Amino acid sequence: MARKTLVVAEVREGELRHVSFEAIAAGKKIANGGEVIAVICGDQLANLGKTLGQYGADRVLTVEDEKLKHYTPDGYKQALKQVIDSEEPDAIIMGHTSIGKDLSAGLAARLNSALVSDIIDIEEGSDPLFIRPIYSGKAFEKKRIKEGLIFVTIRPNNIEALDIDESREVPVEVFDVVIKDLRTVVKDIVKKTTSGVDLSEAKVIVSGGRGVKNADGFKPLQELADVLGGAVGASRAACDAGYCDYSLQIGQTGKVVTPDLYIACGISGAIQHLAGMSSSKVIVAINKDPDANIFSIADYGIVGDIFEVVPLLTQYFKEALQQA
Amino acid sequence: MNIFVLMKRTFDTEEKIVVENSRVSDDGVEFIINPYDEFAIEEAIKLKEEHGGEVTVVTVGEEEAEKELRTALAMGADKAYLINNEDVENYDQSSTSEILAAFFKDKEVDIILGGNVSNDNGTGQVGPRLAEKLAIPYVTTIVGLEISDRKATIERDVEGDQETVEVELPVLVTAQQGLNEPRYPSLPGIMKAKKKPLEVLELDDLDLDEDEVEGLTETVDVFLPPEKQAGRILEGEVEEQVAELVKLLRTEAKVI
Repeated sequence: MARKTLVVAEVREGELRHVSFEAIAAGKKIANGGEVIAVICGDQLANLGKTLGQYGADRVLTVEDEKLKHYTPDGYKQALKQVIDSEEPDAIIMGHTSIGKDLSAGLAARLNSALVSDIIDIEEGSDPLFIRPIYSGKAFEKKRIKEGLIFVTIRPNNIEALDIDESREVPVEVFDVVIKDLRTVVKDIVKKTTSGVDLSEAKVIVSGGRGVKNADGFKPLQELADVLGGAVGASRAACDAGYCDYSLQIGQTGKVVTPDLYIACGISGAIQHLAGMSSSKVIVAINKDPDANIFSIADYGIVGDIFEVVPLLTQYFKEALQQA
Repeated sequence: MNIFVLMKRTFDTEEKIVVENSRVSDDGVEFIINPYDEFAIEEAIKLKEEHGGEVTVVTVGEEEAEKELRTALAMGADKAYLINNEDVENYDQSSTSEILAAFFKDKEVDIILGGNVSNDNGTGQVGPRLAEKLAIPYVTTIVGLEISDRKATIERDVEGDQETVEVELPVLVTAQQGLNEPRYPSLPGIMKAKKKPLEVLELDDLDLDEDEVEGLTETVDVFLPPEKQAGRILEGEVEEQVAELVKLLRTEAKVI
């Protein structure tokens, strides 16, 4: 059965997030030949609609309102409810991002709908099945939605986006909404992330553990991450020791990440940390303890001092990437 | 202030997962308070210490969760409810939020605190779903909370950045790591907790039928990830190892 599918795309600092393109690809699978509509909310969306079409959306709705400038659950729920009432989709998909997670659950309750959060794969068929990690990736479950609206959020970096087709032009329509009072008011946003690469979407993560010794110890890791266009993460031990902010923590408490490349520096590999990163495509471990548990799941390991190895890695990568 | 905390009993984070007959086995498993809910309990107690009032901890789950509720009482909560959810089919997050919505129907609430996710299912749905059912605003992944004159000023973690929001009470918030350092129950706290009220409720007591709260989703299968094989430990001088690694990542693994 063909399904009309609504993809809720997300804008961060004026740009579409890559997970939104992945959501369009997921939307195509679920739509099963049905129309895939992408919707974006914000206050200045300019040409973003066109790009969503180039990544495979069949039609794009832009919802602009001053009250949607900053994400609030109230504002976005109101806007999307109006879109959903008008389009009556059979399926809704968004990224399992900070916004997607916050919004989807409230919206699902408003729609009295099922919601399968944080999926990493879809088994297509008349009754699609959704695969998602449980226990922070220590296991996986396969879920189906019993009836009614199909509503899922997808984990970034797991479902591949379609290739961009720059010749593709689709209708981009303005969708007018009425936004009433917002109960939560955003007063301030303080940027704490340094590189601008978000951990959950990063293709490369350089992560530090107790072995980085102090806050300054993260500097060489940041330099390596910068050269690779990646982000810096940390183990709980490093956060607890005060070497870095908890927002960098990867593990069973903290973030679960699935980058293409995860470089663990001075991380012993406690089971809680492994839960948060063991689904990474390629894992490199650098640790001076040859018996560190992290080596048991690493694809490549270097037994050595991170303060010697990491700067060398930065230098070699820099040279290799310059030649390329 | 009427302060409520949503708590879940979950596997200890040290536990390895064993799958039997397409279900996660809880044989011999150690349980704990979901770590994010512990932050919520701590914050609730701090609110009471500052503003006065009462902290009530609620869980939906099996009877064994009494142990974790007693821990919350020993930390400083005043009373607890355990809502028994046995016999609900295809139990999922919509079930929990419907049950909790029924529980809160006749309660006067100033603030409800919960963890931002549980470390088992990890959907983060129950808090926002419940707030929506109760028609109160919600703020998730909070790392700071101040209340004065019925206005909450909240700091929340947004993928590493920090957002400040203001909201009038009543409100539902979910805790992110970094909000506080949960206290350990003291010995007198543990003694007192034994006498604090802990009530077990059945769905009947909330005028609910099992089929009314049946889940909207169904778990078809549960499986473990493919076992990861230990890879290659590089050898030679440090520079040789580094050069080799860069080459391998570019030509063999093809990730750079």
